Amino acid sequence: MAGTARRKLLLMGRSGSGKSSMRSIIFSNYSAFDTRRLGATIDVEHQNLRFLGNMTLSLWDCGGQDAYMDNYFSSQRDNIFQMVEALIFVFDVESKELRKDIETFVLCLRNLYEFSPSARIFALVHKMDLVVVEKRQDVYRALMHSLEDTSAMFSFKVQGFATTIWDESLYKAWSNIVCSLIPNVGIYQKHLQTFAEISEVDEVILFEKTTFLVLSHVTSSKSPGFESDSTRFEKISNIIKQFKQSCNKLRSQFQSLSLRGSDCSAYLDSMTASTMIMVVMANKLVTTGTGSEEAESGVVDLLENDDPFSGEAENNIILANIKIARKMFEKIEHMSLDG
Amino acid sequence: MADSRGMVSEALTISSHRQGQPIPKILLMGLRRCGKSSICQVMFHNMQPLDTLYIESTSRPAATVFSSFIDFEVVELPGQTNVTDGWNDDIEKLFIESGALIYVIDSQDEYINSLANLHSIIIHAVQINPQINIEVFIHKVDDLSEDFRLDAQRDITQRVTDELLDDGLLNVPLSFHLTSIFDHSVYEAFSRVVQKKLPQLATLENLLNVVCQHSGIEKAFLFDIKSKIFVATDSSPMDVPTYEICTDFIDITVDMNSLYKIDSQDQNAGAKNTGDDYEPYSSGQEGGKKESKPIGSTTRLSNGLIVHLQQMVKGLALVCLMRKESMPKIALVEYNIEFFRNALEQLQQLA
Ligand SMILES: Nc1nc2c(ncn2[C@@H]2O[C@H](COP(=O)(O)OP(=O)(O)OP(=O)(O)O)[C@@H](O)[C@H]2O)c(=O)[nH]1
Ligand SMILES: Nc1nc2c(ncn2[C@@H]2O[C@H](COP(=O)(O)OP(=O)(O)OP(=O)(O)O)[C@@H](O)[C@H]2O)c(=O)[nH]1
Ligand SMILES: [Mg+2]
Ligand SMILES: [Mg+2]
Repeated sequence: MAGTARRKLLLMGRSGSGKSSMRSIIFSNYSAFDTRRLGATIDVEHQNLRFLGNMTLSLWDCGGQDAYMDNYFSSQRDNIFQMVEALIFVFDVESKELRKDIETFVLCLRNLYEFSPSARIFALVHKMDLVVVEKRQDVYRALMHSLEDTSAMFSFKVQGFATTIWDESLYKAWSNIVCSLIPNVGIYQKHLQTFAEISEVDEVILFEKTTFLVLSHVTSSKSPGFESDSTRFEKISNIIKQFKQSCNKLRSQFQSLSLRGSDCSAYLDSMTASTMIMVVMANKLVTTGTGSEEAESGVVDLLENDDPFSGEAENNIILANIKIARKMFEKIEHMSLDG
Repeated sequence: MADSRGMVSEALTISSHRQGQPIPKILLMGLRRCGKSSICQVMFHNMQPLDTLYIESTSRPAATVFSSFIDFEVVELPGQTNVTDGWNDDIEKLFIESGALIYVIDSQDEYINSLANLHSIIIHAVQINPQINIEVFIHKVDDLSEDFRLDAQRDITQRVTDELLDDGLLNVPLSFHLTSIFDHSVYEAFSRVVQKKLPQLATLENLLNVVCQHSGIEKAFLFDIKSKIFVATDSSPMDVPTYEICTDFIDITVDMNSLYKIDSQDQNAGAKNTGDDYEPYSSGQEGGKKESKPIGSTTRLSNGLIVHLQQMVKGLALVCLMRKESMPKIALVEYNIEFFRNALEQLQQLA
């Protein structure tokens, strides 16, 4: 195993299901809007990406038109299904031939069982935006139910996600897929935990720099109650990824963000060459006045609350902590060589 | 879900009043399906541009109250409205109360019909209210090439002005804008329309110039956070990418902030991410309720550019662009922004 840090990912699914779209959004900085320009993929499109220092993701985007599909399961069989680390099978919720799609899925499993029995299996129930909100859960459950049964026959465990390119669900799915391939993900988590404890912050999130996929996150047990939205991690991926595109339009790159929000402050900056870190702290509770102040005294009050230096000091401590943690994380990144 | 905050509220009554005086209006007119409702929904109701496909045709006048540095009301008239017959009295009243009339032309369609319609509307409107600004939105230009856009603009401008000349109308306040709901152009055009109606515009521009000059700021915009209309900017030249990065920065600031709201009692508020509440933060009347801080944010780009946002009074934010070189003066920048905020508050009280 040593030295082979290349991970092969197979993208399969009917033509038009959205494989190239999601690949372009996550790995090539397309916006969801841009994907309308994509043509059907001819045969297999390979994309190799450096990921976290020493790992290479090798994406095999397999064009879904019947003529190509037939080849994958006959003449190209061993080439396609050997050494696969993960199968990402994309189901189009709008497909009129769901039965056929499931059959293709089963064919993939059968071949993986033979050539790559330790592959991880992911099923993305995609284009969820086209299903009315109330029905999404049912549609997803029904399909996953039948997939789970068939997967078990080949002793695979399938992990499913409901996705659409129009919201953050795509980031959640891909973050899970990619993290399942990183051997050191547990070490990242442990060190992030330590970092959060030492710097006494409420939340820390680690992102991969180019894709902005979430690698790991830690929320303090004393956190002040912003965790009601459990999708916030992938939402941040989505938000920042879009802003990165705006920056590209200025022929520049996004570097850092600091937010002094109404309830929390957040700071997002580079961690290592291939990761970014976001740190969140709740604002210190300022006891509000008795409400008796008039307009004039209100102005003074605001000035005091918003003293330009009060936030700065806190920020500096965080910056210092990030600096220290950086060394630690760089080490982990290089360890992945021997994963 | 209804927008309970009252920043933008819908009222089907054509005449909203505030303290006895009618709120100034901006009329939205144009043939059917030209995109009037889409513009309103995208700008004032956070609708995603693609979702406008499903908007139904408007059959009755529809109004949106927009309340920011100044208040105004955007009134969409149904596409088939014929100004020369029907409810004459009503339309006369509308023209009198309106500071601007936006006429939307679908550039992807044959526009000859709409030019005739526009002509008769202009004749009618300026007769009743010579002060009314006629703002022509050459709309849906997203599918046109750059050359084609400019051709269309030249052609339409020529035809409209020629026809008015034939009628001996020389001094109609008339402007043309290329717009689309799929990019920033509609925000920019709407901003220009609103700015012309702002009595405080010159004062605001002067203030912004002063702030820029004394803090090493390259460009500054005063934005309405929710609609992303910019109320004023300093007088240095403006380029589109700069403007776009500023509006995009408002988006990410608002979105990130709403992810980290601490909802003490209100559990079900967590799921939505609309960033609805950018009312004046300083409303001390709420008594026991927690008072939220004005939000601020800063981003750095690899080319040394820094974008800085600071929330001001009444749902407004100052967004400015700086260079890394001027960053040592950050304390000065913040001081000057504070000065600007105070000036704004005073302006507001005068208004
Ligand atoms: N509504 C909706 N459309 C999507 C979504 N994802 C992709 N699409 C659209 O689906 C169309 C086809 O997408 P592709 O990514 O080219 O499909 P593909 O699976 O690569 O197709 P082949 O290369 O022929 O196998 C594009 O026009 C996308 O814009 C989604 O989540 N929702
Ligand atoms: N390509 C493109 N389509 C647009 C744009 N703005 C609106 N549309 C589309 O134009 C169609 C008509 O839009 P509406 O907003 O309902 O038009 P309207 O002027 O309100 O129509 P009536 O209420 O019938 O008078 C919709 O399908 C919109 O999606 C735009 O900027 N570009
Ligand atoms: Mg493809
Ligand atoms: Mg309409």
